[in-house]
Amino acid sequence: MDGMIHPGSDAILQAGPVELAIPETGIANLSRRGLLGSAAGALLLGVMLKGRPARAQGEGLAAAAPRPGTQVPAFLEIRQDGTVRLLSPFVEGGQGIATAMAQIVGEELDVDPARFVVDCAPPGADYLVVNGRRLTGGSYSVRSSYGTMRQLGATARNLMIRAAAARLNLPEAELETENGTVIHRRSNRSLTYAELVEAAWRLPPSEVAALRDPATFRWIGKPVPRIDVRDKSTGRAQYAIDLTVENMLHAAVQHAPRLGQEPASFGNEAAVRAMPGVHSIQRLPGAVAVLADSWWRARRAVETLEVTWNDGQHARALPADFSSAGMLAALRGERGAGSPAEENGDLRAAFAGAAKVIEAEYDAPYLAHAQLEPPSAIARFNEDGTLELWLPNQAPEMFQASAARMAGLEPGKVKIHSPMLGGFFGRHFLYDAAMPYPQAIALARAVGRPVKVLWTREEEFLRDAYRPIGFARFRGAVGADGMPVALHASAVGEGPIGRYFTPDRPVDSSMVEGIAGKPYSIAAKRVDCVKVKQPPVISFWRSVGHSMNDFFYESFLDELADAGGRDPFEMRLAMLSDKPRQATLLRAVAELSGGWKRGPFELDGVRRARGVAMASPFGSEVATIAEVSIGEGEIRVHDLWIAIDPGRAVNPAIIEAQVQSAAAIGLSSSLLEEVTYEGGAPQQRNFDTYSILPPARMPRIHVRIVESGAALGGVGEPGVPGVPPAVANAVAALTGQRIRSLPMSKVRLGA
Amino acid sequence: MLELTINGETRRVEVEGDTPLLWVLRDTLGLTGTKYGCGIAQCGACTVLVDGTAMRSCVTPADSVVGTQVMTIEAVERDPVGAKVVEAWVEKQVAQCGYCQSGQVMAATALLKQTPKPTEDDIAAGMTNLCRCGTYNAIAAALRQASA
Repeated sequence: MDGMIHPGSDAILQAGPVELAIPETGIANLSRRGLLGSAAGALLLGVMLKGRPARAQGEGLAAAAPRPGTQVPAFLEIRQDGTVRLLSPFVEGGQGIATAMAQIVGEELDVDPARFVVDCAPPGADYLVVNGRRLTGGSYSVRSSYGTMRQLGATARNLMIRAAAARLNLPEAELETENGTVIHRRSNRSLTYAELVEAAWRLPPSEVAALRDPATFRWIGKPVPRIDVRDKSTGRAQYAIDLTVENMLHAAVQHAPRLGQEPASFGNEAAVRAMPGVHSIQRLPGAVAVLADSWWRARRAVETLEVTWNDGQHARALPADFSSAGMLAALRGERGAGSPAEENGDLRAAFAGAAKVIEAEYDAPYLAHAQLEPPSAIARFNEDGTLELWLPNQAPEMFQASAARMAGLEPGKVKIHSPMLGGFFGRHFLYDAAMPYPQAIALARAVGRPVKVLWTREEEFLRDAYRPIGFARFRGAVGADGMPVALHASAVGEGPIGRYFTPDRPVDSSMVEGIAGKPYSIAAKRVDCVKVKQPPVISFWRSVGHSMNDFFYESFLDELADAGGRDPFEMRLAMLSDKPRQATLLRAVAELSGGWKRGPFELDGVRRARGVAMASPFGSEVATIAEVSIGEGEIRVHDLWIAIDPGRAVNPAIIEAQVQSAAAIGLSSSLLEEVTYEGGAPQQRNFDTYSILPPARMPRIHVRIVESGAALGGVGEPGVPGVPPAVANAVAALTGQRIRSLPMSKVRLGA
Repeated sequence: MLELTINGETRRVEVEGDTPLLWVLRDTLGLTGTKYGCGIAQCGACTVLVDGTAMRSCVTPADSVVGTQVMTIEAVERDPVGAKVVEAWVEKQVAQCGYCQSGQVMAATALLKQTPKPTEDDIAAGMTNLCRCGTYNAIAAALRQASA
């Protein structure tokens, strides 16, 4: 089983929808490329949609649907004022995808991205451009759709030229375009796209409309300003929480303290009914709601309601004695061998011949997404038999299918509106009991009026689907020269890929990504996946398994460097001698930081040290250096230097912003964040007890983008995983104290 | 019935006096630029100006601002300092998801109204709103630009 590598959660996204039967015994022999190309997609199709394929919203595009991403009028509205509205396959939630789509389509269409208005498209076959599916996630939007969206823009431009040629009775070859206008230079005539669009959209699209020569790109690859930034600086941007529909009632809910409990009785029902503005009290699965004429009145009433809860029958009911500490103890106590995710060389011989062997255990806690916009949903049953939903989501067709099942309607009868997201980070996929839209549907049906459900921050933290708790056990060895010769790692627990996509596979890729698939040369290595189910509803969280696994691995790698008496930076570089892409990036981050120095050293009278870490997430490569000091027992991170190689850059300004953002959330998770369960209930219910990085703890962040020319990688998540280990490694260099459990705020460090 | 002065206009609202100003703005008056994030004055997404001072409207009872001038993000560009802040926010491309930025812009406007040339310490003291997208460095850069 030489060099077997199990792909990360990334591969699930990359795989197409083609169903291929992979014999159980064959999986071990598949190369990474083989898996990427085939197997996972069938699971995506089978599990994520669970039913019939989504059909176009409203319209009956079914069997003979054209190839997604080719029907120009489904995507582009050319307005009389010269602006272009793009119905994007992707939802904007801060990652800059609306701007990136405007750049890519605008480049080929020949319209300045600044003239674009971008909205997330409704469900429909035309928008399934992510290998035949659609979701916004996995840092996968641009890289999955880049070619498709370029071609769409080129096809649209070609239609404009042909329409103009017909109108002017000129050969197409004599016509050019310039920022939304077709021009005939010789006769000095021109027609705007707005003047042409009606005729253009009636023409049959060309399958082979020529693409622009990349050497002439004006917007792709440039730091084009975000198209949404002014609206977001003036309060004009609208999120789901800001929407209203006529005649709607507001609903606030109180959930059962423990998932699985049901409302039994109310102590003060009459008094609550009599509160101002209250319409009614409604029972929901695992919750009660109060409907009122304003949300504040609904909230006050539902929080006044005295509810007795009984145990119920939820599939994800949490045991009354469930605790995160108990869960971690169970993971630590699991000594089963699991299934190999990566294996190379003769591990037994390598350990036997080693100069020094070390072992360590690492863990990371449950995490909340803590996106700043609390979830909401509006449901309205229309007179024509349709159900209309406005809700935050990362996958309109999946929510459509789910809502349709819930409401007993055909998917085509469910209209989905996908407003801009006030942050997401993995929050808005379909998770059990974690979203308000089923409540909105039930309430709207019950009262015969549109209903908007908004969760308080406290209810959101109670029912968020958390990043799973993680645990890994390492055994490693160095040779006489101090270089690592053997590494055996076991990741113990459960990840979202295994739970939601590949339950029957022996290896859950989201448990091992960031431990398996590392680029370093080690003669003998093995990574095992040891599955232990976790009772809570778990989720994708920015960078998924990488968010903790690279912390585990890169920290332990520094432990090996210390064991071998090696400098951790020089050791990594030596282990990358046959990996030019990663070695180049590691040198780049060192140069960005002014040359590698571990320390400790003094700066401005403060003792400091630096740590380094690498990660290979979502098709990109990242190298990170952190500089820290200790003040009043707390870790102070002064600077983060991050070099990212996404292959090529579509918008370097957005990449830099995303790396800053990812680094901030990575640092936040390193230092502060933790959800603990006691008695089956999460204990952190608002930002007073669930701390996220405040401005005072934001370090300077220096970003360098290295374009290796490799295939496009993701940019939204890759900045996360290098930060926790770089900080931990710096802390160890400074204090000699090795932090193996997150968050680091649990440890009081010597002044 | 309360009589409030919001963005220079007198507004009469039928709410309980202890209703947080945030919900009067959002639900009663439809001024949804001011955001709800936590409801306990932790995150600052709901920041508005009350007589020029930054206040977290989620814990500010509506009846406590009777007789004051309340300014929300909807009017920020009509204020010369606010307009400068918005331009700096656009120039520095601060926003990512943008959800907290109404509050950030209002906090920055209040800071610069009171301290036109803030020191780094002033900025640290005046800009405490949370941003889950980690736009803090861009916020600081925009603030420095707006105060230059």
